[in-house]
Amino acid sequence: MARLSGLQRDVLSLYRQCLRAVKEKPASTRENFRDFARSEFRQHMELNKKDFGTIEYLLRRGRKQLDTYRDEGIQNVSR
Amino acid sequence: MATTRVLARLAATRTAAVRPAVFSRGFASVTDTSARDPISKAAEKIVPDPARTVVPESKTSTVKEPEPSKDAKIKTFHIYRWNPDEPTAKPRMQSYTLDLNKTGPMMLDALIRIKNEIDPTLTFRRSCREGICGSCAMNIDGVNTLACLCRIPTETTKESRIYPLPHMYIVKDLVPDMTNFYKQYRSVKPYLQRTTPSPDGREYRQSKEERKKLDGLYECILCACCSTSCPSYWWNQEEYLGPAVLLQSYRWIADSRDEKKAERQDALNNSMSLYRCHTILNCSRTCPKGLNPALAIAEIKKSMAFT
Repeated sequence: MARLSGLQRDVLSLYRQCLRAVKEKPASTRENFRDFARSEFRQHMELNKKDFGTIEYLLRRGRKQLDTYRDEGIQNVSR
Repeated sequence: MATTRVLARLAATRTAAVRPAVFSRGFASVTDTSARDPISKAAEKIVPDPARTVVPESKTSTVKEPEPSKDAKIKTFHIYRWNPDEPTAKPRMQSYTLDLNKTGPMMLDALIRIKNEIDPTLTFRRSCREGICGSCAMNIDGVNTLACLCRIPTETTKESRIYPLPHMYIVKDLVPDMTNFYKQYRSVKPYLQRTTPSPDGREYRQSKEERKKLDGLYECILCACCSTSCPSYWWNQEEYLGPAVLLQSYRWIADSRDEKKAERQDALNNSMSLYRCHTILNCSRTCPKGLNPALAIAEIKKSMAFT
């Protein structure tokens, strides 16, 4: 695999964090959380990789969303 | 203007004693916009990152006053717009024209009128519309101020430019993300810390002189106008606390009832939290409530130098 830029690594690390956070959720709803996290990333798959401003914004938003959904009170997610 | 300024100074002799005359300002209105106009325009052109450049108003549409009357006083407002739902789109300057005869005297009135009658997608924070809540802090004609305390300059030849607070992440249009600012405020523990109960089991009392020390500090509404006007805060937002939070920190250091003064000072005793203040004094110049954060920061520095 080609060498990744810092920004690309940031995105991948956020993606990993999201998938790990899924494991803290109750087993019955884990699938929903996983699908949700994946779809959030997939939505922006087509983004130009040189569009730094947008990627940085989406990263910030993603981190904030991760913080929110990590809350133990959130048991399930649906779209 | 001169008379109002004198009146305001007479009315506020207490604040005048605290802050040097250079910084005293009657109202938060902007009168000498011509001096700043080129800078705020030029600022859009010197953004190093092309992804963050703002599309200038010359390349966007103008939304007109719905039914202009014959003797209308039409004024143009250029407002920063950015929609998070289209993250790939660049921010842009949208122009609106309003008849000042049908608009209230303050910038906030203009914004509310635009939102109500012309463009309901315009987003901004507002609540009390009288300078008490600090929600409507924004950058108007190059000065951070509260939209509700800022008069619309009546000369219609000059165009007004409204931006969100500078160097903050934007949530939408004129709404900045204040998470970091509030986190910093929490870090100074803005509440009374005591271990001993009061001697007679009633309130913690203080003398009139001790109470007087808190004047000019407790009035702060945390609008973040001062912090976001400070270049030092722009470059070190994560570590430097910024004038607003340091003013609040000093409010608790100066409180005679608080018993954790030493701990509070210890927490600030590093190169970043407090000492990134280089007495630029933009904070005192811009404060829409007429407070003097620079003086409070200087007092903290002084109290730490002599302990």
